[in-house]
Amino acid sequence: MSGHDHTEPPSDIALRVKALESLLLEKGLVEADTLDAIIDLYEHNIGPKNGARVVARAWSDPQYKARLLENATPVIAELGYSGAQGEDMVVVENTTKVHNLLVCTLCSCYPWPVLGLPPVWYKAAPYRARAVSEPRAVLAEFGVQIGEDVEVRVWDSTAEVRYMVLPERPAGTEDLGEDELSALVTRDAMIGTALVAAT
Amino acid sequence: MNGIHDMGGMHGMGPVNPETGEPIFKAPWERRMFAVLMATFTSGVYNVHEFRRTMERMAPADYLNASYFEKWLHTLEGLLVEKGEIERTELEAAWGAVK
Repeated sequence: MSGHDHTEPPSDIALRVKALESLLLEKGLVEADTLDAIIDLYEHNIGPKNGARVVARAWSDPQYKARLLENATPVIAELGYSGAQGEDMVVVENTTKVHNLLVCTLCSCYPWPVLGLPPVWYKAAPYRARAVSEPRAVLAEFGVQIGEDVEVRVWDSTAEVRYMVLPERPAGTEDLGEDELSALVTRDAMIGTALVAAT
Repeated sequence: MNGIHDMGGMHGMGPVNPETGEPIFKAPWERRMFAVLMATFTSGVYNVHEFRRTMERMAPADYLNASYFEKWLHTLEGLLVEKGEIERTELEAAWGAVK
């Protein structure tokens, strides 16, 4: 090594992140309060509970559902969910004939305002590689069996459009209100890697 | 562009292995990385396309080996230097200071 005038990055990634953060704070390019507020927002306010409210409303209100499927972004925003990574939303509906599955083969595009930050598997190579080429095998790994008479549609996100799945409302939930319905809806059901169960 | 990031249909990647009860951030440094990236992105220093382009130009072997937030770190360091927001020498000094 001739590089006595070069410093190599720390091998510990935590230290390398700390160095970058310290430098940006020192230069005034970021502020500590802003960083803390961002973390608090994504750890406590933005997550799949938001999407579950949208699904429960759509199941309970046919007019809301029709508008949601027609032009999702403003209709989702009516419930207070909008912003980064949700600027152009499309909602796709699961039915007895069609099962929808979301992926971002190129990276990690995901509808943050309604689902929060994506899980590791969504951003990792196996899911990105295989969701488009063998979706039924991938679904089976999640314990989801889709009948041969049901079409599986895979939606590959782009840098702009973000998708969300409107799952099928399970039988036996006819008497439930929106709060109870939303409690049934999981993150994976809105990605398409799970079905919603009545209990 | 048929780069390493264009993973749709690749073979040999193995099972998905979804984890149950996964935390939003797996380590404190991931939390800090996310916040720093969001703060610099919101300030308009770079746009999402520049971010993607920089990540997609990572060396393929590095891309495959890096965890998601590691990719963000590599990308953000590269972008901020490229944009002149920070100097490479300042970054190296910061690395030296945390060791």
